[in-house]
Amino acid sequence: MKVEPNARYSKEHEWVKKEGDLFVYGITDHAQDQLSDIVYVEFPDVGESFAAGEIIGVVESVKAAADLYLPIGGEIVEIHEDLMDTPEVLNSDPYEDGWIVKFKAENPADWDNLLSPEDYEKLVEEE
Amino acid sequence: MPYIPNTEANQKEMLDAIGVSSLKELFKDVPEAYSFPDLRLPKAVSEIEILDELYGMALKNSTTGCFATFLGAGAYNHFVPSVIPSLAGRGEFLTAYTPYQPEVSQGTLQAIFEYQSMIAELTGMEVVNASHYDGATSMAEAAIMSINVANGKRRKIVVSPSVHPQYRETLRTYLPGNQVEIVGDEDHANDLDELKAMLDGDTACLIVQNPTFFGDLLDVDGLAEAVHASGALLVVVANPIMSLGLLKPPGEYGADIVVAEGQPFGAGLNFGGPYLGVFAARQKHVRKMPGRLVGETTDTEGRRGYVLTLNTREQHIRREKATSNICTNQGLIALMASMYLSYMGKSGLRSVAEMCYHKAHYAAGEIDKLDGYRVVTEGPFFNEFVVQCPGPVADLNTRLFEAGILGGYDLSKDYPDRQNQMLVCVTELNTRQQIDHLVESLKSKGSV
Repeated sequence: MKVEPNARYSKEHEWVKKEGDLFVYGITDHAQDQLSDIVYVEFPDVGESFAAGEIIGVVESVKAAADLYLPIGGEIVEIHEDLMDTPEVLNSDPYEDGWIVKFKAENPADWDNLLSPEDYEKLVEEE
Repeated sequence: MPYIPNTEANQKEMLDAIGVSSLKELFKDVPEAYSFPDLRLPKAVSEIEILDELYGMALKNSTTGCFATFLGAGAYNHFVPSVIPSLAGRGEFLTAYTPYQPEVSQGTLQAIFEYQSMIAELTGMEVVNASHYDGATSMAEAAIMSINVANGKRRKIVVSPSVHPQYRETLRTYLPGNQVEIVGDEDHANDLDELKAMLDGDTACLIVQNPTFFGDLLDVDGLAEAVHASGALLVVVANPIMSLGLLKPPGEYGADIVVAEGQPFGAGLNFGGPYLGVFAARQKHVRKMPGRLVGETTDTEGRRGYVLTLNTREQHIRREKATSNICTNQGLIALMASMYLSYMGKSGLRSVAEMCYHKAHYAAGEIDKLDGYRVVTEGPFFNEFVVQCPGPVADLNTRLFEAGILGGYDLSKDYPDRQNQMLVCVTELNTRQQIDHLVESLKSKGSV
């Protein structure tokens, strides 16, 4: 399993990276591995706001459908529309080309409270 | 070994497990008088005698073949070529169940694929599912799909009062619990302009029927544009589906979802069912489409094959996130529809539609000449039209029945503002003689 050192993580197997004033969000390598071949992503609308832990969309694989939870409250500023046609990128490159949304955090300091790469690795090992 | 494994030893084992001594004790709560009631059945008779009796009873029934039928309103009396029952009745088709295993279901899967392809062409749409139970449930599914296309954020359905009343009833039966508001048909006078005015940022879809339940054609110019401007979807109920042999496909005037009753395509009237729910949509919404979809592919050796591409997604993958509980399809009737469409071909279908159109217009013209009767359908219509009669339609129909005619649909049942109005349907099966007989019979009954 790959863990991206610059990201922070949620217990729901999602990652969040800083990009200037914004945050980038996706699912982890472990999540894509568990889901297997991803065939569909359901996105939120740009401009929509969510509280921490709210469902913003769904990823669907040939095996299961999983909700996407935003671990930090904020407003969606961009969705990765290319994934609509190439959802398999979520499997091949979950931390870079497989980003799902970019958002503006309500309280950017919340990011520091997410799991560190080490803590996340530990969480996956325990599962 | 007995077919039902419930031997005395089995029973004793089960009774012992629950600590009951006998079957009698197990059922002791059932009052004695009801446990083995006296059934008062007639004396047993031989097979010859019972067949004789049943045949006598069967002779009391009438079928549409005994009448000149002018009843439509959602179920249509069209010719079913003999090739259809004889082919569809083959054991390989008749006994086939769900084609989950493509390796043993190529025939059924290909038939569904052909059905989907032909319906896509006919409706002018990009994707067609393997079908639903009937047109009414297709329409309710279309409303649910519209809500899901908006990710559940739009929860108002605007439905025209000229959509089949039973379809609208089915819509309301399907949707409670979804926090959905259904508007538009509360006032039977609402026309397209009034419906358009109801569209707003909370509207998931506008549902119209074209031709309408009253048979007339909608002015669809600018309709899709108005609906899309509000961010909603346009759902078109393309009933009667035979009209598509002649009319512009709803896909060409901007429909996002097209549903219809597929029964006219080779299924016969079948006492009201089983029927065929046609469902077509745009490619971009395919993931929100209910039901299953058959696709063409190639196997590992490069040979053409057919599989369920969006098969049991709702049951097996999305589960509690499923947006529809429809996982099955009306396989045999869809097969009959593909047989009908292949057998008739493009020109055959057009001929049937033209015959329906011309005969209906001849009938309307003749009825309109009668004293006391007036065709109230204004503007173009396909094969159904509304006649204002001199008295109650129910009374009129009783008299027509005696003359060997199944009269039209009594609109006052669903539309109290349409007293004495009959919805008359004419198909290719109605001969000139039948139409003239109807006109003559109406004339003599003019003073109902």
